[in-house]
Amino acid sequence: MSADGTQGATPIETDALIIGAGPVGLFAVFELGLVDIKAHVIDILDKPGGQCAELYPEKPIYDIPGLPVVTGQGLTDALMAQIKPFGATFHLGQRVDVLQKAGDGRFRLVTDTGTTFLAKVVVVAAGGGSFTPKRPPLAGIEAFEGTSVFYSVRRMEDFRGKDVLVVGGGDSALDWTLNLQPVAKSLTLLHRRDDFRGAPHSVERMRALVADKKISLLIGQMTALHGDGGVLSGVTVKTKDSESRLAVNRLLPFFGLTMKLGPVADWGLNLHENLIRVDTERFETDVPGIFAVGDINWYPGKLKLILSGFHEAALMAQAAHKIVYPGKKLLFQYTTSSSSLQKKLGVS
Amino acid sequence: MAKITFIQPDGTEQTVEAAPGMTVMEAAKKELVPGIEAECGGACACATCHVYVDDAWHEKVGPPSEMEEDMLDFAFDVRESSRLSCQIKVTQELDGLIVRVPEKQF
Repeated sequence: MSADGTQGATPIETDALIIGAGPVGLFAVFELGLVDIKAHVIDILDKPGGQCAELYPEKPIYDIPGLPVVTGQGLTDALMAQIKPFGATFHLGQRVDVLQKAGDGRFRLVTDTGTTFLAKVVVVAAGGGSFTPKRPPLAGIEAFEGTSVFYSVRRMEDFRGKDVLVVGGGDSALDWTLNLQPVAKSLTLLHRRDDFRGAPHSVERMRALVADKKISLLIGQMTALHGDGGVLSGVTVKTKDSESRLAVNRLLPFFGLTMKLGPVADWGLNLHENLIRVDTERFETDVPGIFAVGDINWYPGKLKLILSGFHEAALMAQAAHKIVYPGKKLLFQYTTSSSSLQKKLGVS
Repeated sequence: MAKITFIQPDGTEQTVEAAPGMTVMEAAKKELVPGIEAECGGACACATCHVYVDDAWHEKVGPPSEMEEDMLDFAFDVRESSRLSCQIKVTQELDGLIVRVPEKQF
């Protein structure tokens, strides 16, 4: 796996680009690999596994054929082991923002960090869409986003000398409390209860800063934002027995992630209730060369099951082969008996 | 069967029948009660089936588990009576249960 810093200018050329590293995106690497198609995989999360890894790593799944019970993380780990022979390159922590036709019949894709790809086929395996930070339902919050309200810290300098309010009780809230305390003019951590989900040593360090009066800890919840023209001047905070206005000019709310369809909606694909319409022979969209597999696609009778996505990936790979290797006949083979498939899998 | 009443922020009430064993979230989804989103499908992995349990039922329904309490950190306007409806199992004892749907799930 490689986190890459490749920027805009030199595109990465690949046979297939898979958008989404959930179970179906991972299995697509396998099916494409069997027919000699090399893939790059992009995911917005910083780890493979998609919902399995992010939403329910510890939860048992009971309907994976051949596995009576497996956890979300267990399935992810097993799939990563299964696709290892095919050496896919992962680009994690990135979201594909642009998907368009390049002049030469290939597709050009650009991520939010500027990585650019040229791919012969694109496989959208984006599940429920991309994970994005949850926006607290406070009136007018959109106006402050990017200027005073941030859902992640890209540059610590944006917080230097500022009065910062961090909200949340997990690792993100604790980590940024600890990291920003030295640069901020003042820092307040707000959480709804005096109990934190984050790593115990982070909680200890945070409590020590509170004891040293280097930061303030408030137990309560936000009820309103104040400010003008994108400039935050205060946040109303309700605690157990009072409501008060806190003078802050930077707000970092950490309320976890939610799934949003995101840029997929802007790629000009034929959508059916926010899902990508595909045929059931090739699982191709109405744009030849762009396929969609797993929870993101729709066809009559569609079931949002991981096992359906696996089947879709297998048929998609057959169709992708025709595009990547035009004119080359594909011989249907079984992994149990084919020595050439076994060689690809590194088992013969 | 147990009857469960959902009260919307505007006061609208909807009473649904639920079989013991199912969750309050499932009972709501089955009858398309507005405001119960249950994005994760009942895995206690989001907080979009948040409800406020009526004071009279608070004790009978009981407190959230530790895992649910953690997940409630992702809900908005959390109160003493907050629960995730996917974590409340319907029993005959809960016949007549009243829960309120919050202004917003998020």
